[in-house]
Amino acid sequence: MALVEIRDVRKAYGGVVPVLNGVTLDIEEHQVVCLIGPSGCGKSTLLRCINGLETIDGGEIRLHGDRVSGPGVDLDALRRDVGIVFQSFNLFPHMSVLDNVTAAPIKVLGQGRAEAKERAMELLARIQLDHKALEYPDRLSGGQQQRVAIVRALAMDPIVLLLDEITSALDPELVSEVLNIVRDLSREGMTMVLATHEMGFAREVASKVCFLYGGVVYEEGPPEQIFSEPKNERTRAFLERIIEAGRL
Amino acid sequence: MDDTPAAAAVERTPAPRPTRQWKPAPPRSAVGLATAALLAVAATVGLGYFTAWSIHEALVSLEFSSVLVDVALYGLATLTLILFVPAMRGFLAAKRARALIDSDIAEARATTADAKEKSWIAVGYSVASSIVFFFGLFVVSNDIAVGRIFLDFHVMGETFHLVVIAFWQNIQIFVIAEILVLIWGLLIAVARLAPGRAGAPVRLIATAYVDLFRGLPAIISIYLVGFGLPSADLPILRDMTPTMFAILALTLTYGAYVSEVYRSGIESVHWSQTAAARSLGFSFGQTLRFVVVPQALRRIIPPLLNDFISLQKDTSLVLVLGTIDAFNQSKIIAANHFSLSAVTVVAVLFVLITIPQGRLVDKLIERDQKRMRTGG
Repeated sequence: MALVEIRDVRKAYGGVVPVLNGVTLDIEEHQVVCLIGPSGCGKSTLLRCINGLETIDGGEIRLHGDRVSGPGVDLDALRRDVGIVFQSFNLFPHMSVLDNVTAAPIKVLGQGRAEAKERAMELLARIQLDHKALEYPDRLSGGQQQRVAIVRALAMDPIVLLLDEITSALDPELVSEVLNIVRDLSREGMTMVLATHEMGFAREVASKVCFLYGGVVYEEGPPEQIFSEPKNERTRAFLERIIEAGRL
Repeated sequence: MDDTPAAAAVERTPAPRPTRQWKPAPPRSAVGLATAALLAVAATVGLGYFTAWSIHEALVSLEFSSVLVDVALYGLATLTLILFVPAMRGFLAAKRARALIDSDIAEARATTADAKEKSWIAVGYSVASSIVFFFGLFVVSNDIAVGRIFLDFHVMGETFHLVVIAFWQNIQIFVIAEILVLIWGLLIAVARLAPGRAGAPVRLIATAYVDLFRGLPAIISIYLVGFGLPSADLPILRDMTPTMFAILALTLTYGAYVSEVYRSGIESVHWSQTAAARSLGFSFGQTLRFVVVPQALRRIIPPLLNDFISLQKDTSLVLVLGTIDAFNQSKIIAANHFSLSAVTVVAVLFVLITIPQGRLVDKLIERDQKRMRTGG
């Protein structure tokens, strides 16, 4: 049994615009799964469905064998255990870095203030931002903000971490500082699902790469196979364009 | 024909087009404007002395004149003579610019620009001073009719304490009402944002309330609540004073307005903030309380203050219930003294309390922005 089982998931925005047309995917514990594909193929939507930010119209999603899609599911409980980091960071601008990280552990998990702070400072030290703990987010660079956003998700001690194009809004020179953290997390065995355009990075850290197109998984496999000898016609065409653009 | 790419490129380049000759345009003369500025200043100075003399005469007839006041009046009029400085400089510069056109056109332009600016400065200050002088004349004209009606210092002095004591009533009403409105408005705003199908009836009733009390004139709301509810002789309600009913009515009316301010503030917080909060496990209520409302509050302070100033002014409507507030008190004084001067005092009091509030909010916004920018 996989940690996360995604079975024939369907989703149409407003019931009209189809985004996911029957996605089936298994995410094993300690795996890093990279979702690649052109814009609008459903990568982000799939991630948002996994932690219940979007409801699905058909199929099912299971976490540890427990169905977490459909009516009656405690979504707040699900989201406590499934962390997500967004493309645009979405830090809370009215809270300091420290408060951003400790807010959910204190209010949602009921941790003590001192305990939450200690853990937050530990995590911030890991990303070398402990000296910025009392700053407000808009005093930080994009890369720093994104690192804080990752730490904010980690402070909840998630079972799975979803990363939604987390470097797409960053200046090129800030990308590596964010990717380094993801690399470290993968070494520690954190289960992660990444929607990404960083093909080189996907090739390096992924246990499994999935090519999504038109809301369907066209091809999945180990990164060497997908990037070197893709079997599917569309995967090949997509990767060729990436190479033409000099991004792989 | 050579078919190398370089040769083809050269062939595609069009022949250079002859450039048209640039004729430097001489600056338009500023002499006319400068002359007008001089005349405006002269007229203002004349008006100033005439106003000073008129006010002096009025004060003599009131046996209120003194050397000190005369010095101040004529000093003010004399002050306008200073306006001749920019006007004259502008005029001279305009003349100089005309002479320069043939020798140095760039210098002529700069001098003309200088002349125009000085002339406009003279005109601007002349107009502003003239408005002040006209107001002074307005007050003392027709044997100081306006002054006697609105600015009778004897009446003001005699009745000042009565007005101020009554104004305390207004202050009590608006302070209590504002606190209640802050809470009540937020409740309504949240009710209007109640999620899902189960929230529909709550949304509906809250919307109906806002529609009703936003459309209802405050004076009618006060009248209905203040006279209607006590007459119904209901438990608890029958023990309330007219002032309490006034507070209740104002809270109901302004709660509707302020709920809309809250709602627009809440809706102005980007949905990605909600997504981020929900994804961390915050419930709907926690997301509102810890993430959305704190950000919304910072944005709604200015419109909220506008509504508060409006509420403060509307406390004068409680006179329909017979409550002796400042306005009602001043009306009684006006009837006894045949002068509206006490009402003027009330008007000034209302204006005075709102000005510091405006400044305070400016400060709050500035401090908040600075903190968000610099951190800590």
